[in-house]
Amino acid sequence: MTISMSRQRVLTTLVVTAALAVTVVGCGSGSSPADSAAGSKQGEVKFWTLQDPTNTVQQTAVDAFNGTGTGKVTMSVIATDGYKDKLRTAMGSSQMPGMFFNWGGGSLNDFVRAGKLVDLDPALASHFLPSALAAGKVDGKLVGIPSRGTQPVFMFYNKKVFTDAGVQPPKTWSDLTNLVQVFKGKGIAPFALAGNATSSWTELMWVEYLVDRLAGPELFNKIQAGDWSQWKDPAVLKTAQMVKELVDQGAFGKSFGSVNYGAGGTSTLLNKGKAAMVLMGSWEYAVQQGENPTFAKDGLGYVPFPSVEGGKGDPGDVVGNPTNYLSVTTVAPLQTATDFLKTTYSDSYVQGLVEKGEVPVTTNAREMLSKAPDPAYAQFQFDLVQKAPSFTQSWDQALGLTLGTPLLTEIQKLFNGQSTPEQFVSAVSELKK
Amino acid sequence: MVQNLRARRAASTLGRPGAAWAIPGLVFFVVFAVAPMVGIVYLSFTRWDGLVAPEFSGLENWSRFLKDGEVLQSTIVTAVLLIGNIAVQLPISLLLGVWAAGKQRNRAVLSAIFFVPLLLSTAATAIMWRQLLDPNFGVPAQLADILGDNTDLLGSRSGAIACLVAVTSWQFIPFHTLLYQGAARTIPETLYQAASIDGAGRVRQFRHITLPQLRNTIITTTTFMVVGGLTAFDIVLLLTNGGPGTDTAIMPFKMYQTAFRIYDYGYASAIATFLLLLATAASLVLVKVSGYDKMTSTLEGL
Repeated sequence: MTISMSRQRVLTTLVVTAALAVTVVGCGSGSSPADSAAGSKQGEVKFWTLQDPTNTVQQTAVDAFNGTGTGKVTMSVIATDGYKDKLRTAMGSSQMPGMFFNWGGGSLNDFVRAGKLVDLDPALASHFLPSALAAGKVDGKLVGIPSRGTQPVFMFYNKKVFTDAGVQPPKTWSDLTNLVQVFKGKGIAPFALAGNATSSWTELMWVEYLVDRLAGPELFNKIQAGDWSQWKDPAVLKTAQMVKELVDQGAFGKSFGSVNYGAGGTSTLLNKGKAAMVLMGSWEYAVQQGENPTFAKDGLGYVPFPSVEGGKGDPGDVVGNPTNYLSVTTVAPLQTATDFLKTTYSDSYVQGLVEKGEVPVTTNAREMLSKAPDPAYAQFQFDLVQKAPSFTQSWDQALGLTLGTPLLTEIQKLFNGQSTPEQFVSAVSELKK
Repeated sequence: MVQNLRARRAASTLGRPGAAWAIPGLVFFVVFAVAPMVGIVYLSFTRWDGLVAPEFSGLENWSRFLKDGEVLQSTIVTAVLLIGNIAVQLPISLLLGVWAAGKQRNRAVLSAIFFVPLLLSTAATAIMWRQLLDPNFGVPAQLADILGDNTDLLGSRSGAIACLVAVTSWQFIPFHTLLYQGAARTIPETLYQAASIDGAGRVRQFRHITLPQLRNTIITTTTFMVVGGLTAFDIVLLLTNGGPGTDTAIMPFKMYQTAFRIYDYGYASAIATFLLLLATAASLVLVKVSGYDKMTSTLEGL
């Protein structure tokens, strides 16, 4: 009796657990294909976007579009941290979004190669500044449409520190090296630099600009197109040597290896006058506004990156994030998605961006810049980008994370003095086999 | 006689619950632990970028693994951090735990306060410490007299490793203290009474009663530290990002970076498999060496 009881119990338990296991597994994989298929049938575009202050502008555009009755777009806002991971995972599964926010360049290469993206109507291109469209193309085909403002990198400085020292912001590389000596003599770090390994993208900006000024944008274009041997170009070695000289001269202060980016780090160094300049993207203004609005309004100066004597690059070239993009995947109804993309250069969308402090890269943006929170700053950026013969996308974005991540590590070693300029060149040229 | 037999049967069913009771736990373990492990072992023999289907590549990842110079470096860094963490955390948490086991009110209050770091998430901890370690506005700026020119703590290899050990210890000592506090409270008072009648002082009582009685707890916490050290990468990711250079890129961090930054899931799975073997081997060795598997009681004869 006891034996049969226990056998029965074993059996019951087995059945219950098996049922449980089936349910659990079912939860994991069920419902997805049905969902997305249903989505396409109804002509619905699932739109994933990054959480940022422009979400309200996007939501307004989505609501307006859905009101017209030509199709339906549903927007999901996803937090910055983990956005790329989530997107990547979704793109490899059946949960792929129909349209998504991205950074263009190398991040799109993999998706195009895997056949996940559709080519967009080339007619859309005429509404945007050409220099901002380059990173939205893969192999010459348009797969990304600008959706936000441009974010060029340039030099910010503390006006008061410069007035006190009786000097002008640098126009040439020799101006810059002179200023290093001037500020060092006053016990001020000439440049704030976030050398903490979590912020090595701030060091990358120096390398990008120097290579562009020395060799022009063609060198990196060739590298991005796949000719990795171009790292052996003398301009790369020269760049590394110039970086080493700056570091050795104390241009970044002594302890930059522990300095963090932003408030409490580089931005605070600048607005407290402990550092004279910082090379940063246009978003530095917003960071300063958050931390010290008076300084952002009156004390913060900005100039383009200086020219380098004897360099082949045009001093008008800029580097940074040309803009962010929207791309459409194969699961979305293309017509609905294209119709929606047309609203991203509408006057109302562009004006919404401008009011948020963004500098849109649409051809109609110029007239609206007067409505920006700081029109002079918006105008400066727009002119910088519009006049730029070339706008090189940040290398880590342009190459994609696969190559960008180890590249950042090598740049960090160069700044830290862990590798010599020669070691830097050989390490970087061996990153891709 | 019959009654006796029945009683014995009842006792045996009471003492040994049926194997069926283990099934829910086993199913859970198989679905969420064994299945993923089999998965990564399989993936370690493939090339996979997460977008298209994995492609079988034989031993390619493994031969690359054996030739990768960074593997040796990160194994060494992992070992250094592991030993550093044990060397700092074990004695401090043991002493604190024994101290906190006392019933005095001030001890209760202080150990409650001391418990706080454990309640903070690692992410919050790391970001807070990154600000605290800032050379211009953080603690090093205040300690410039002591540190001299070495305010760049995260910018040097030894500094970064020391910071990681300090922050991890700060966060996890409370947990281990708690274990020792609980264990120390279970030591029978009679042992100490007998020892003091025999004339043993505080130090001798600690060495000959407390330490031997805490043996199993020492093994437990050391195992936690070893296995935790082999899998914890969040603090590295957020505090040093493996830097300066790759100086603090411990194994789990390298695995994360290879999988979720470089999107080389095949190679990352090879690293993960290696980590799995390493962690299993480490805890096996620990259990064997300490005789923990024999499960002998420390209270025998009482």
